[in-house]
Amino acid sequence: MAYRFDFASIADYTPVLAKGLGVTVELIAFGAVAGVAIGIAAAWARTEGPRWLRPCITTYVELIRNTPFLIQLFFIFFGLPALGVQLGEMQAACLAMAVNLGAYSAEIIRAGIAATPRGQYEAGASLAMTRLEVFRHIVLKPALARIWPALSSQIVIVMLGSAVCSQIAAEDLSFAANFIQSRNFRAFEVYIVTTVIYLLLAIVLRQLLRLLGQHLFRRAPR
Amino acid sequence: MMDFTLWDIVRNLLLAARWTVVLAVATFVSGTVLGLLVLMMRVSHRRWPRRIAWAFIELFQGTPLLMQLFLAFFGLSLAGIDVPAWLAAGAALSLWSAAFLAEIWRGCVESINRGQWEASASLAMGYLQQMRYIVLPQALRIAVAPTVGFAVQIVKSTALTSIIGFTELSKASTIITNATFNPFTVYGMAALIYFILCWPLSHASLRLERKLNAPHRH
Repeated sequence: MAYRFDFASIADYTPVLAKGLGVTVELIAFGAVAGVAIGIAAAWARTEGPRWLRPCITTYVELIRNTPFLIQLFFIFFGLPALGVQLGEMQAACLAMAVNLGAYSAEIIRAGIAATPRGQYEAGASLAMTRLEVFRHIVLKPALARIWPALSSQIVIVMLGSAVCSQIAAEDLSFAANFIQSRNFRAFEVYIVTTVIYLLLAIVLRQLLRLLGQHLFRRAPR
Repeated sequence: MMDFTLWDIVRNLLLAARWTVVLAVATFVSGTVLGLLVLMMRVSHRRWPRRIAWAFIELFQGTPLLMQLFLAFFGLSLAGIDVPAWLAAGAALSLWSAAFLAEIWRGCVESINRGQWEASASLAMGYLQQMRYIVLPQALRIAVAPTVGFAVQIVKSTALTSIIGFTELSKASTIITNATFNPFTVYGMAALIYFILCWPLSHASLRLERKLNAPHRH
């Protein structure tokens, strides 16, 4: 018997999908902002920070970059309560995404900072700026402008990775998909629809980041 | 009731890690073969193969691997094949890694000077000959480091196959956690094993990049 596709049965669950999409957007919005903030702080600490801090940052970056996101998520959600840190599923998901993106973006941003010409530091110093002021006003923005494309694709990768958060019952888009298919048993159709939504989300996010980059770095020298 | 010592946990995780390694190696091999095919289409001079390869890459790079795994798992069974989890996992991971590898290698092929193509064309070489004897050997040198780097992504991505029921390191961690109620140790150990698998590859990628890209350094 040939399989009959039945996409109509998903239409009833549009609100569920919409809610899931909202949660995914929330996750990525928080994850991206917090992750890039961690990345900037970590990149600063690794290039300019106190000497004792550098090995700590390196360890953090290497640990996160060489372990799967799923295990990080499980460790935070199931493992941390052993240390007395109880997190809800959304908090755990947000934390995992921020920590994960933080490590990747630290490495990307560091590459941007490393490409700063020496003269920029000297020029800043000759204006009696402190090292922190030089970093804040002179180094950071052009560094971000240089690596913006790489950072954007990493943010998209983390967004797609957020589908895993459904495994700790964060009610994101893939959680919605699992829920719907457990109700109407139309797994294949549900996952096709969800996959298409993710694809559109990735395309939109990529464009938004490109526009944001154009807006932020309009006059920044490259 | 059986008590789990730390050694019991580690030993069982290591046994499961074998399947992570097997799946990662199988994915890397099949992904390489498929990826080469997609690459050939992506840099082809004909329009349609190029478009198809582009769409393939966009599709697999723009959607979550988890969804691809679910689709492989439920989709293959619709086709009347009774899919074991390892088959769905292998199929989805292979297609996914082919898309990424093809895109990585495209960058390497396109960085080869146009003059090389023209020179080989003037020697009456066909497209496949140009690729085989002129372009790919040079591109290979540039491609080694990022390819090894992507192998790390493959190892990490095998963790997702636990969700469709393939018993590898992550699935074993969950099973052992359910038996020991000690998620902190178990997931910590699992993370450590993944780290031990991935870190040498990351490190090798970095060193290869420094070594093989010597002429491009400033």
